[in-house]
Amino acid sequence: MSWTADEMMSVAAARALRDGTACFVGIGLPSTAANLARRTHAPNLVLIYESGTIGAKPGRLPLSIGDGVLAETAETVVGVPEVFNYWLQPGRIETGFLGAAQIDRFGNINTTVIGPDYQHPKVRLPGAGGAPEIAASCRQVIVIVRQSRRTFVERVDFVTSFGYGSGPGDRERLGLTGRGPVLVITDLGVLEPDPRTRELTLTSLHPGVTVERAREATGWELAVAAEVATTAPPTALELETLRALEAADKVDQ
Amino acid sequence: MAEIVSLPEAVAELVRDGDTIALEGFTHLIPVAAGHEIIRQRRRDLTLVRMTPDIVYDQMIGAGCARKLVFSWGGNPGVGSLHRFRDAIENGWPAPLEIEEHSHAGMANRYVAAASGLPFAVLRGYVGTDLLAHTPTVKPITCPFTGEVLTAVQALQLDAAIVHAQRADRDGNVQLWGITGVQKEAVLAARRSLVTVEEVVDELDLRPDAVVLPSWTVRWVAEVPGGAHPSYAQGYYDRDNAYYRAWDPISRDRDAFTEWLSAHVLDRQGDG
Repeated sequence: MSWTADEMMSVAAARALRDGTACFVGIGLPSTAANLARRTHAPNLVLIYESGTIGAKPGRLPLSIGDGVLAETAETVVGVPEVFNYWLQPGRIETGFLGAAQIDRFGNINTTVIGPDYQHPKVRLPGAGGAPEIAASCRQVIVIVRQSRRTFVERVDFVTSFGYGSGPGDRERLGLTGRGPVLVITDLGVLEPDPRTRELTLTSLHPGVTVERAREATGWELAVAAEVATTAPPTALELETLRALEAADKVDQ
Repeated sequence: MAEIVSLPEAVAELVRDGDTIALEGFTHLIPVAAGHEIIRQRRRDLTLVRMTPDIVYDQMIGAGCARKLVFSWGGNPGVGSLHRFRDAIENGWPAPLEIEEHSHAGMANRYVAAASGLPFAVLRGYVGTDLLAHTPTVKPITCPFTGEVLTAVQALQLDAAIVHAQRADRDGNVQLWGITGVQKEAVLAARRSLVTVEEVVDELDLRPDAVVLPSWTVRWVAEVPGGAHPSYAQGYYDRDNAYYRAWDPISRDRDAFTEWLSAHVLDRQGDG
């Protein structure tokens, strides 16, 4: 079975979610991957959406974080203040799953504005949503984002969600409780923060992708691990499950 | 006690030029019909507050109702950008739009503080982000017990709040369920409030999962069936996803938008 780069990305992201843990899910790519995980290796993955739906088990991909299917299938539905204050803030949630419009070499994320002038942005993006506190308070963060020079920039134009700031020690200095971004999963491969420098480092390439291609799609001098793994290709089950999810989504639209 | 009135009557009394108002709803139960009534009554210089401004705020901004937007995520969920919002910020059309932006956690806590009669709320939030440099209603605060530095957000006091609910009884007691977002907090944070409902019933049956706003906490109730369309009202109707997608090309173009606004809002009577 052949597959697309986007499918490989969703599959790789799904695999990163451990069964039985709780995951704070953003809409779009993170939600697709989390729902794929729940249908494959992680049936007991607890999905928490910022609309206050805890333990949602949607039978199809939700179209927004407030989709009715989330409330109908959740273990409990709480108000929005409660989901952030009681559930996210104390560090009860293992994984925060975020997307990005821009990400830099230290895993800082921008979803606010493109351009140097906040008052007069080149592009106005939707803004922070739940991301700043998800990035701060989940025990770990996984980022899923397509890799290109436009997205992978030397410095983000605006820090919406804090990664490792400008390097080692910044999270600790600021008193952030979560570990920060531990994986950045793209359509080309996987990046992980170097344990010493905290700089995002290419540790895995998806089948058929070269280091050169990953470098070309990165807006800084990309660090590459001494040994770069090759991501295991999607299994037939993973692909069929993912395609069924996405097909149901299209019918619904 | 809440007074049961028509939507145009309620909006005429509720919203004044220059007010700070919130039409809340987290994807579910968005008070869209009330937003259109505000456009029809040509309110101006409003400070619009909402965690997730979506297409009804896009419409209100494009119609020139807003001077300022206070928010934490502005987009067309599942589709993309809000183009009237972007046009106002990027190009000042139809009028410049001042913004004050937060995170969801911050906005939710600002509503809680106002609903609680407190000047601010405390949270672990915004740390390390550039929001701190641009948003004057967020400041560090030292815990008087432990010395830990935390984040304070200013209470979000509203002149008026509007929410949509599934139903109310004839005394104006309001019941809503499903995803209830920050609706209770928004109503309790406001000096005046309006709840539009799918239906007014003789008696509310007991629902353990429902949020109840007792009649004496709400100023006006208006029966507006379908008043949350194109968002959804759980137990009544589903989200009209095609409408959200259709909004994208309409909102990209000023002329298409202006034409849409005349045909679908300005030239129509209130549903109330």
